[in-house]
Amino acid sequence: MIRVADGQGDKNGVASAAEASASKSPASLRVRVLRQDAPGRESYWECHVIPYEANMNVISILQRIAARTTTEDGRKVAPVAWDCNCLEEVCGSCTMLVNGRTRMACTALVDRLLEEQPEEIVLEPMSKFPVVRDLMVDRRRVFRSLERVKAWVPIDGSYDQGPGPRISPEDQEDAYPLATCISCGCCMEACPQFTKVEVSRLAGESQEAFEARRKEAFDKNFLGAHAISQAMLFNSHPTGKMIADERMEALTDRGGIQMCGNAQNCVAVCPKSIPLTRSIARAGRAATLWAIRRFFDR
Amino acid sequence: MAGPRVLVIGGGLAGLSATMRLAELGIDVDLLSLVPVKRSHSACAQGGINSVNTQTRQQGDNEWKHFDDTVYGGDFLQHQPPVKEMAEWGPRIVDLMDRLGVPFNRTPEGFRDQRRFGGTLYKRTAFAGATTGQQLLYALDEQVRRWEVAGKVKKWEFWDFLQPVLDESGRCRGAICQDLVTMEFRAFPADAVIVASGGCGLVFGRSTMSMVCTGSAVSRCYAAGAFYGNGEFIQVHPTAIPGADKLRLMSESARGEGGRVWVPKTPQDPRDPRDIPDAERIYFLEERYPKYGNLVPRDIATREIFNICTNEGLSVEKDRLCVYLDLTHIPKETLDRKLGGILEIYEKFQGVDPRFVPMKIFPAVHYSMGGLWIDYERSASGGLVEGSPRNQQTNIPGLYAIGECDYQYHGANRLGANSLLSCIFSGLFVAPGVVASCDEAKKSEPGPQLMNDALKAQEKRHAELLSRPAGGENPYDLHDELGKLMTRTCTVVRRNDQLAEAYEAVCALEQRWQKCSLSDTGSWTNQNVVFTKALGDMFPLAKLILKGALQRDECRGAHYKPEFSMPGIEADDPAERRRLAEEWCDRFEENTKKWLKTTVARHGDDGHPVLTYEDVDTSIISPRPRLYGLVGGEVIEEVWRERQQARAQAAPQPATVGAGG
Ligand SMILES: Cc1cc2nc3c(=O)[nH]c(=O)nc-3n(C[C@H](O)[C@H](O)[C@H](O)COP(=O)(O)OP(=O)(O)OC[C@H]3O[C@@H](n4cnc5c(N)ncnc54)[C@H](O)[C@@H]3O)c2cc1C
Ligand code: SF4
Ligand code: SF4
Ligand code: FES
Repeated sequence: MIRVADGQGDKNGVASAAEASASKSPASLRVRVLRQDAPGRESYWECHVIPYEANMNVISILQRIAARTTTEDGRKVAPVAWDCNCLEEVCGSCTMLVNGRTRMACTALVDRLLEEQPEEIVLEPMSKFPVVRDLMVDRRRVFRSLERVKAWVPIDGSYDQGPGPRISPEDQEDAYPLATCISCGCCMEACPQFTKVEVSRLAGESQEAFEARRKEAFDKNFLGAHAISQAMLFNSHPTGKMIADERMEALTDRGGIQMCGNAQNCVAVCPKSIPLTRSIARAGRAATLWAIRRFFDR
Repeated sequence: MAGPRVLVIGGGLAGLSATMRLAELGIDVDLLSLVPVKRSHSACAQGGINSVNTQTRQQGDNEWKHFDDTVYGGDFLQHQPPVKEMAEWGPRIVDLMDRLGVPFNRTPEGFRDQRRFGGTLYKRTAFAGATTGQQLLYALDEQVRRWEVAGKVKKWEFWDFLQPVLDESGRCRGAICQDLVTMEFRAFPADAVIVASGGCGLVFGRSTMSMVCTGSAVSRCYAAGAFYGNGEFIQVHPTAIPGADKLRLMSESARGEGGRVWVPKTPQDPRDPRDIPDAERIYFLEERYPKYGNLVPRDIATREIFNICTNEGLSVEKDRLCVYLDLTHIPKETLDRKLGGILEIYEKFQGVDPRFVPMKIFPAVHYSMGGLWIDYERSASGGLVEGSPRNQQTNIPGLYAIGECDYQYHGANRLGANSLLSCIFSGLFVAPGVVASCDEAKKSEPGPQLMNDALKAQEKRHAELLSRPAGGENPYDLHDELGKLMTRTCTVVRRNDQLAEAYEAVCALEQRWQKCSLSDTGSWTNQNVVFTKALGDMFPLAKLILKGALQRDECRGAHYKPEFSMPGIEADDPAERRRLAEEWCDRFEENTKKWLKTTVARHGDDGHPVLTYEDVDTSIISPRPRLYGLVGGEVIEEVWRERQQARAQAAPQPATVGAGG
């Protein structure tokens, strides 16, 4: 299919992605996918070749693969499983490793990827979360961390009590970026301190016992940068801070802020450009103050 | 006996607010969703949420006007009591979301900032950056997580709702659902089931909606006997960015903040848009609708953009239809502060910075005004009776619908920023009625056989799908065909011959679906079979949408048939103008009598929809012509007003319900 290149702004050098690549766009794309049929199975590589179209992203590649399900060497295979929903980088579903880097598949534009690495596009599941199938991983732990730090405003109830507290534009501008975290997991994938926790159900174990054991395993391990940042978000909200101590408790407990080695990998990969290192620094200072206060309160 | 238990299908704004309120009322909730609820489609909403506020109130605004704008914008097709109730709840809902920590934009003094959206003259819309839906969704998600920790809510994420289960008396007793990871089936007995599954954009292939907006959940309720209201009313958003996988929305707030829509006077002017002087541009919305300018209601903006590209041949590009949406006259700092997020989307996907280069946009399917038919109980003051089990209940007792998947509130056309409000409102408001319904359910308990039989039937259907012979139809290709067909025949402009043909074509596609083969026949995380099922459930919806559109021989809101449009008055001679206006009003009244009716679709035994028409409760604000920018609108309005006055004198009415309140 021929699509007209987006010819906007060429005169002033603000060339569009489509245009920049129009001259050197290939006829087809080679896509190498790391597949795994189920948890605990061996993973394996598979190659697909699909026709190039202008303005493609990794999602449209996966859609074409799902519709064709034929590998480079002509074998019929099951479609690659993956996660997505919004296709505009706001739901946090589609995280994967694209050409070795953790990012969102929906904003991974093919033309840009070809600039990075023209021979092929490589797709792998995230490595810090258990694989469910192919590119789909189990990110329950991301949400468990939010429970651990009580990432919510503790309201009395949802009945009308008038408006919330007045907030200065500066405070809003400070809080808003932190509130845009899409729970994608990129920051955790990139973090050297965040290691994979995979718990499988034992023979004869009840669902409840299994869930409790899994929760326990999560809680022993690192929270992740996103949860530290959320804790700081709610600790700075006028009502949210009413349970600031409880959050500090979680942050200084096992798997808390002390595990962060300040490698700053997280902030580099966050698709929402959330100032994670600033949150971590704030949390570190708050944790020190809190420890001192606790010491004197004893 | 265990306490009451409610199953909520879907965790967007509607499902989450219902869950939160139910938990607060002491009910145990199972919350089930195709995706983790935090990743629901509501996250995509950008622009904002409407309600009257202290400031607009002092400019003459009030709940009544919000109510009036909503029904006028919706071309009077919605029952009025629920809308009135919603408008009255508006300020309380925005206050509540504020208390939950939503980072609404602020004024220098620390109050919530407001912007103006389409279809109103007031700055009624509260917003949080350019991701209002995301922020509202997160705030509710956080409260529900809190209830989860407290043990009142159990989430079932990556689960597919397959059917409601009805007992012999026709009451809903729970549902059968499937785990998308293990593919295990499970029965969920419940005292009430609330469907909050969002819109059905995927019936049109590509739209502004998220990938799980297949409409499958409502289609499954419809198949089980639930009625579907106003299916043919599908909103096409005027401004979307055309893309291969999705049509990404450019929020109305771009126009709210001063964005201007234009095309060059010279068709396909090859110059850089920035080099085209003002005199050689057509700002067609501003020229034709001086009062509302670029902020005319969506259906009108959509048709004008469509028209200028197709009929007037003024598309910016030759091979792809689009017009300019221009923000370049607004200071960069203002844009960054107010529209940062949405402009980022354009830049991310088009590789062009809209702060410096006008964007190229075109209409796209965006919202389903229609949905599951639901009931309500009217109060003496014209609102709703709080706590009535009838509110939001489908025709199946114990089965409720809330949010975008119900047909209430928006009539023939939804106003911008009103949906987030209706989702949260219906979610909160449904809760006490559901509690009452649970009490009713508890009076008798069905035996386990009911659920088991339904479970077996679903397992059988699944096994049959998996065992279809290879080499048949490809479900992804069929979906593509369906989408193209629906978009071509049943969006901006509708013609009876095309609709009739499309109906036949959809039936043929449905037949071909019966011969779909699966490329994955496994029993672990099989996305192929889940998609194929959802596709199969799109056909009944497509059919009721097409049939509703075909039968409705008029123009109303988003439903536009040129054959039945009522053109304005061009004559200059005053007497002639009067005469034409009288004629126009006669025709309007006749049409109102005939077509101011809810389309109610029932799934026929032969698989075809059976349509009936139901009167609309317009007892609070009587329908009047929707004249936004119509040529000769002044004289029509004059004649209309005289008629109303004459009527009022002839039959003096008791003062109607609380105007102003
Ligand atoms: C791009 C965009 C921008 C918008 N901007 C605005 C705006 O600025 N203001 C405004 O008022 N409105 C806006 N809208 C409309 C508004 O976002 C939606 O109408 C609203 O979010 C719908 O919420 P909901 O709770 O009904 O459903 P959704 O948020 O769509 O949630 C549906 C839920 O149901 C679940 N579900 C669906 N099917 C099944 C199934 N078979 N089994 C199990 N679970 C299922 C899903 O997983 C999901 O959790 C916008 C819409 C779009 C597309
Ligand atoms: S700064 Fe901390 S959280 Fe971020 S990557 Fe480094 S160790 Fe991980
Ligand atoms: S902080 Fe950034 S990278 Fe981490 S989960 Fe949130 S959005 Fe993703
Ligand atoms: S699909 Fe939602 S973030 Fe990519």
